Amino acid sequence: MEVTPLPGIGVRKDFALRNGRRIGVVTHRDGKIDLIVSKSDDPDACLAELPLTTEEAGALANLLGAPQLVAQLREEHADLPGIHTRQLPVGPPFDGRTLGDTALRTRTGVSVVAVMRAGQVHASPTPDFTLTAGDLLVTVGTAEGLDNAIKILKRG
Amino acid sequence: MTDTALELIELGAVFFGLGLLGRLAGRIGLSPIPLYLVGGLFFGTGGVLPLHGIEGFTALAGEVGVILLLLLLGLEYSATELIVGMRRSWTAGLLDIVLNAAPGVAVALILGWGPVGALVMGGVTYISSSGIVAKVLGDLGRLGNRETPVVLSILVFEDLVMALYLPILTALLVGVTLTGALGAVGISVAVLAVVLVVALRYGRYVSAVVDSPDREVFLLKVLGLALLVAGVASAMQVSAAVGAFLLGIAISGSTAENATKLLEPLRDLFAAVFFVVFGLNTDPASIPPVLGWAVVLAVATTVTKLGTGWFAARRVGIGPLGRARAGAALIARGEFSIVIAGLAVGYAVADDRLAALATTYVLLMAVIGPVAARLVEPAAQWARARRPAAATAPSAGN
Repeated sequence: MEVTPLPGIGVRKDFALRNGRRIGVVTHRDGKIDLIVSKSDDPDACLAELPLTTEEAGALANLLGAPQLVAQLREEHADLPGIHTRQLPVGPPFDGRTLGDTALRTRTGVSVVAVMRAGQVHASPTPDFTLTAGDLLVTVGTAEGLDNAIKILKRG
Repeated sequence: MTDTALELIELGAVFFGLGLLGRLAGRIGLSPIPLYLVGGLFFGTGGVLPLHGIEGFTALAGEVGVILLLLLLGLEYSATELIVGMRRSWTAGLLDIVLNAAPGVAVALILGWGPVGALVMGGVTYISSSGIVAKVLGDLGRLGNRETPVVLSILVFEDLVMALYLPILTALLVGVTLTGALGAVGISVAVLAVVLVVALRYGRYVSAVVDSPDREVFLLKVLGLALLVAGVASAMQVSAAVGAFLLGIAISGSTAENATKLLEPLRDLFAAVFFVVFGLNTDPASIPPVLGWAVVLAVATTVTKLGTGWFAARRVGIGPLGRARAGAALIARGEFSIVIAGLAVGYAVADDRLAALATTYVLLMAVIGPVAARLVEPAAQWARARRPAAATAPSAGN
């Protein structure tokens, strides 16, 4: 990870991918974030410089971070047949409500081991943890239980 | 009609006209500065529609414009950024001074404006417009590019040079002797060092003096302190602009960011007046005789800035295309060239041609800069496509 100060503008943080291209963000002083991806034929230049809102940056971080966490948990449970790990999105019905309100454990038997929000992992959330739409729940349970949990989170 | 009514109408017409010009500039993707200068030429002495009665206001507002331009320049970079920038880019920075001041110095000497006139013109052709450059880089989506920190650190270096240059120029303009000028150099170096140390170690105290959670109180305190410091600096003949600039450096952290946000609209307003006033004082009839020299300077300093950027970018291992982009980004001259020329116009160092030459030069460079920054990439690619042998030869070696 390379951190380059941009005087008067902010900070650029980026790193080189295995194929030689650079990917990263420019964080402006006022907190705005641009996603940057370098061109393939000119590594000094940027193909795209996409301004992201805080919510968009958080959503992108979830997309990138959650699968990694799920894969890690899956690997740990690999020798236990019948136990699955999945990431489940929180739907609008539970926006602003607590994890306890979903009653996932009572209704489906699945356990929520972590909540991913804006790329941050909130491990072992308590029932009074307040959810927002767009959070990803990292859950462990049976295949059937997880299918039911998806429906509950989507429809309330 | 009363005098006040007439003055209000004139002032309103000027601001409204500038607004329209600014919008036009935005439409065609240009900096509004050249259009403001043209607006000033239009309304000023010998212009199409000379205005009378508002000179008192516009002269003072123009001064405030210079103070705000420099205050915000100081606020833009923190003391740490200035010191890091100086350490990183001093070789490129020195080359920048030599290459880009030389054409201005040479032309001033040829026109017989003497050493002080040469110092003025050297400053005019040396300093890039950090406002135009930063905006162009943002507009073209080049903030994430690898050559951009190089460009920015050269701008930072130029800022520090300004902090030394302006007091020296002011001292020479008021006609002190060489030893007096050397004294001014010593004082300005010492003051700059003190301000940097204060900003680094005790910046939060300076910030605490002006900081306030209330926007109105904050605005009045910052603006008041800036004018006070500028006024005192001016009374000590160290140039009002430098006082404001050093105050800007001393204010740091979140206070600086908030101050920038609050003062930006004010700066835009008063700086616009400053450019108009500069244009007002320039007789349009004096432009044609210096047009040839302005074009010569424009061509020469476009090439020298390209060279500066190319050299600076090559030092940190940027490819040829990025080097060309870095050079082209630096070409724009604008507000600070006019600030320097404006200082000189107040004193009788050179004839009217200096103001006319500076105006014409900035008119050209403020337009050429952004256009060159935009066109450099396709131009470089076209050149590479035309000479495929030359372009592929180095990469074949890798």
